[in-house]
Amino acid sequence: MDEEGLAILVEDVHKSFGSVRALRGVDLAVPRGRVLGLLGPNGAGKTTIVRILTTLLRPDAGRALVEGHDVVREADAVRRRIGLAGQATAIQPELTGRENLEIIGRLYHLPRRVARDRAAELLAAFDLEEAADRPAKTYSGGMTRRLDLAASLVGEPKVLFLDEPTTGLDPRSRIAMWQIIKRLVASGTTLLLTTQYLDEADELADEIVVIDHGKVIAAGTAAELKDRVGGDVLEFTVPDGQQLAAAVAAVAPLSESEPHVDRETQQISLAVGSRGSAALLEAVRALDAAGVTIEGLVMRRPSLDDVFLAVTGHAAVAEPSAEERRGRRGRRPALVSDDGTDSSHSGDQRRN
Amino acid sequence: MTAQTIDIRADTGLRRLYWAVSDALALTKRNLLVWWRVPAFIVFTVVQPVMFTLLFRYVFGGAISVGDHGSYVDYLMPGIIGQTAAFGSIGTAIALGLEAQKGIIDRFRSMPMSRSAVLAGRLIADVGRMLVTIGIIIGVGYAVGFRFHQGVGSAIAMVALAALFGLAICSVSAFIGLAIKDEESIQAFGLIWLFPVTFVSSAFVPIQSMPGWLQAFANNQPMTAVINTLRYLAVGPTPGATTLEPHLWQSLAWLFGILVVFGSLAVRTYRRLS
Ligand SMILES: Nc1ncnc2c1ncn2[C@@H]1O[C@H](COP(=O)(O)OP(=O)(O)O)[C@@H](O)[C@H]1O
Ligand SMILES: [Mg+2]
Repeated sequence: MDEEGLAILVEDVHKSFGSVRALRGVDLAVPRGRVLGLLGPNGAGKTTIVRILTTLLRPDAGRALVEGHDVVREADAVRRRIGLAGQATAIQPELTGRENLEIIGRLYHLPRRVARDRAAELLAAFDLEEAADRPAKTYSGGMTRRLDLAASLVGEPKVLFLDEPTTGLDPRSRIAMWQIIKRLVASGTTLLLTTQYLDEADELADEIVVIDHGKVIAAGTAAELKDRVGGDVLEFTVPDGQQLAAAVAAVAPLSESEPHVDRETQQISLAVGSRGSAALLEAVRALDAAGVTIEGLVMRRPSLDDVFLAVTGHAAVAEPSAEERRGRRGRRPALVSDDGTDSSHSGDQRRN
Repeated sequence: MTAQTIDIRADTGLRRLYWAVSDALALTKRNLLVWWRVPAFIVFTVVQPVMFTLLFRYVFGGAISVGDHGSYVDYLMPGIIGQTAAFGSIGTAIALGLEAQKGIIDRFRSMPMSRSAVLAGRLIADVGRMLVTIGIIIGVGYAVGFRFHQGVGSAIAMVALAALFGLAICSVSAFIGLAIKDEESIQAFGLIWLFPVTFVSSAFVPIQSMPGWLQAFANNQPMTAVINTLRYLAVGPTPGATTLEPHLWQSLAWLFGILVVFGSLAVRTYRRLS
């Protein structure tokens, strides 16, 4: 596609922080009105890309354009056309939702009356009318996120950047957020969304780019990526380590690809295509016939981890924190901790 | 959106200045609203200085001899005002540090607003806050026996110099806040340097009462120059400042020097935040 129709163009962008090479040659192209899901584990470089595109960081090399404007040379023109919402919030907790939005409107140089109307309009659209005149610190996590998203829309951006918009939200707020984002996208806004969850990218994005260690490792639609995994995933644990090999042998015929064995957790996972419960039954029979005892048998939709496994042959591993680099032993950092929150190292706190 | 299109085209110096002021004022309003809503901030900016006034006036006052300087309360009030301006600056450091750490400043930097607005809005709000505190302290001072002896013009000049002093110290604090960011470290380092600067000066006791080596420091630091000037403007000649001249010029030189050095350090740190 020619540059004309692109809302975002990133060409061979590199960025290092001291000795940490956060981005090593990233290319992206997002046509106007489309949604790009930038998918990757913690430390992959997602936030760094967003920060470069929103003029907060200069790339070391390469070039990045938003709506045809260079993010370094024409930063002001870019800033007039973008909105940003992320894990960090622009909301001042002591002020009411309405005051927060009105002041941001003034900072976008809207006349006072227009800023007031725009705030009221956004509060209504985001289901915050009732709470509008309460201090934002009394809002729930989901409400704060919605207010923050509203703040990023005050300037009527052509291109919106959402950096992990649902990380840390409970499932209900998460789905509410998805619905809001879908409505936005339907109105024609170009969206770049980063996430650690395949299902989120699947739900919201037209196209997904998977990044790891500052490099694009896969790109395509959600369906294309899932095809690479091979459909649904069957997963179970074998409590008796002696039986791992027998278990693998028993279920291997159910999968086109080699079952994945995690020796540490004694967990086996395999892609079973779209055979649904039939695969589940076959697995139980085969394991029973082999005399293997199992625990926690589940069938689930493929996760980012599975995509990683399929694309790279290794599980998605977050960048080791400085602490871990110094050799402290511990469990390998999980991509996402059990409560669904970011299991990031302290470094993230500092930057966001 | 036609208005915005015009803004973009006519990006003249005057327009830039207009928006820089407008953005700074929008943030000033925001900062003052926050201050108004947090009871702890009110206590910190109002109750604490009033407490200091009463403590020095009635607890230490009796034991401190200021000799030919006149009554202790007249000696004290300019010192308390200087101290209030200095200590009030911690709020600047904490607020900017938090905003940097929480990513609020990043969000502002991604918006098409003036680059100077975050710092300017913070400093204007904090100096405004300081002026309110100074007004209250002068009121309390009047209740406990303090009087201006030099007329209204001099009194206004004193308040103006105190505000300029506050602005200079706030610029140091702004730099500290942006450079350190972490709230607890700011609590620790943001105030500690102010203790020697404030107390080893002519603010509360005549410098002649200090040991010689301490006098050397006390006589040659900005706080003493400023306090001597404030005192002259408030109550007229005292042995510490028999004339206005050298003290006023020394104060202004110090304050502009501090503003230029720390103001540009703060701006540089702000630009590099990431
Ligand atoms: N300001 C910074 N200073 C040092 N290292 C950084 C900084 N920002 C990011 N990094 C490092 O760059 C890498 C990519 O970070 P980031 O873009 O935040 O990843 P993600 O958003 O995908 O979790 C990580 O290794 C991170 O520790
Ligand atoms: Mg991130």
